[in-house]
Amino acid sequence: MAERTAPQVEDADSTAKGVSEETSSSTPSVGAQAEDALHAGPIALETRGLSLYYGAFRALADINMKLPARRIMAIIGPSGCGKSSLLRCFNRMNELIPETRLEGQILFRGEDLYATDVDPTEVRHLIGMVFQKPNPFPKSIYDNVAFGPQIHGFSGSLDELVERSLTQAALWDEVKDRLKKSALELSGGQQQRLCIARALAVGPEVILMDEPASALDPLATLKIEDLMQELAENYTIVIVTHNMQQAARVSHFTAFMTTEGGGEPGRLVEVDSRDVIFTTPKDQRTQDYITGRYG
Amino acid sequence: MRAVAASRSLRSRKLKAMVSHALFATATLTGIIVLATLLVRVFMEGLPQLDWGFINSFPSRLPSRAGILSPLMGTLWVMAFTALFSFPLGLATALYLEQYAPQNKITAIIQTNISNLAGVPSIVYGILGLTVFVRWFSLDRSVLAGALTMTILILPITIIASREALRSVPSSLTTASYALGATQWQTVRRVVLPYAFPGILTGTILSMSRAIGETAPLLMMGALTFVAFVPGSDGLARAPLDPFTVLPIQIFNWASRPQSEFQDLAATGIVVLLVVLLVMNAGAILLRDRFQRKIQD
Repeated sequence: MAERTAPQVEDADSTAKGVSEETSSSTPSVGAQAEDALHAGPIALETRGLSLYYGAFRALADINMKLPARRIMAIIGPSGCGKSSLLRCFNRMNELIPETRLEGQILFRGEDLYATDVDPTEVRHLIGMVFQKPNPFPKSIYDNVAFGPQIHGFSGSLDELVERSLTQAALWDEVKDRLKKSALELSGGQQQRLCIARALAVGPEVILMDEPASALDPLATLKIEDLMQELAENYTIVIVTHNMQQAARVSHFTAFMTTEGGGEPGRLVEVDSRDVIFTTPKDQRTQDYITGRYG
Repeated sequence: MRAVAASRSLRSRKLKAMVSHALFATATLTGIIVLATLLVRVFMEGLPQLDWGFINSFPSRLPSRAGILSPLMGTLWVMAFTALFSFPLGLATALYLEQYAPQNKITAIIQTNISNLAGVPSIVYGILGLTVFVRWFSLDRSVLAGALTMTILILPITIIASREALRSVPSSLTTASYALGATQWQTVRRVVLPYAFPGILTGTILSMSRAIGETAPLLMMGALTFVAFVPGSDGLARAPLDPFTVLPIQIFNWASRPQSEFQDLAATGIVVLLVVLLVMNAGAILLRDRFQRKIQD
């Protein structure tokens, strides 16, 4: 399997990139789910005892998971299990909702994203996000991609960056002759790839995707999935999806979350390599979910 | 028989549909007829006197020599300053309430009171203007005092209209901006304002249209009813502190005279006021369309 052989290359890479040793070889107590596969490569993100509250409502309880760098982690689970809430914790987007409170830690390269001296805009600079419904700005295609670099005071050649980002998002050939045209003229699938290009242009290391293909037709979905595979060579990708086939197709690792019903917080049941989750999950609830007996 | 019964019920339903259709059409027509009558009368009485001499002359005791220069210029000066004050103030307030203010009781009270202020009779603002601007600030009966009174008068409407426009910005766009690492100001500046700007502009100019026809507050604060000079005639820099009169006051003045010549002049004044109003609204529509096209391109 590709993802079993790759980590050795990653390891050499990781020391070079300064990924902290203690994170990648952290204590096994962090969860019974922490499998060998999750330890093999460098870790991009790690949650420790993460709980999330919306006012008095506890949306997430005690989430402990590690997300290997430059891999695709899919988070699956029934509606309302908090998978999107968890995703938004990674780039501190939940803070835009009033009365949100977080307990525990999220480590990014070993640093707590929620430390008091960390600015959320800096977190979002490093950890980009793509949303469920394509949401390009009502500006030109060019200006959409240039938006992020401009707000961060990018000083290099904007033209080159726009071209590179659009190329990475597999959109350049389709739009290179109409960069000044409105982004709203693009099809839904193109708009979503534009949103990916827009996120890439900022220069993130992680890309969060919240059901990025659920508003798209099957062909456009396929393109997005192919794109994710390509991007995973350079980026850590976290995708939330309610589509199990999609998780099975694209992810290297899969996390299953669930809730015991309305009012109960979402919990992480199991996280492992995709093949383990989809063939020999350890937890009965995971088994039930992936075989369609639940959810 | 079933077929007959069905057709009878159908006929009655069709009749009801026709009656309601006619009722609504009549209601609309009533308004149109009244408005048309008004306009035709005003234009028939007013147009004969409308010429360059009328526009370019000062009011006079003699109807044949009377013109509308000073009230027209007074209106333009007051409106210019009102726009200058009310647009930034209204927009900034709306931005604060929509984007920055914490969602608590105090904010809710402020918001309710702004809506209430929009319904306060304009003469009350005149009393306020008289007390605050004319007396406390010693601005006297100047263009500036008039413009400030008008600003206070239309500020609630400007704020409400701007807030509506700001609220129409889809949250998916602001979320996208934040997710790219934008600060709140960058999001407001680059996403919220460009999107809401046409609506804000429309709202501001509509509230200006209300101000242009207001008579009561300016009479209350003591704007003159007879002015034989234009603000800024002894130096443009002094214009804000010059006394003034405005179109509706002059129209009121003429209309309250017994002579029929003055009645006709009042109609001519109304025509001028309508033209100013139309030009302003047309300008608003043009500007809005330009910005809207800019958004879509």
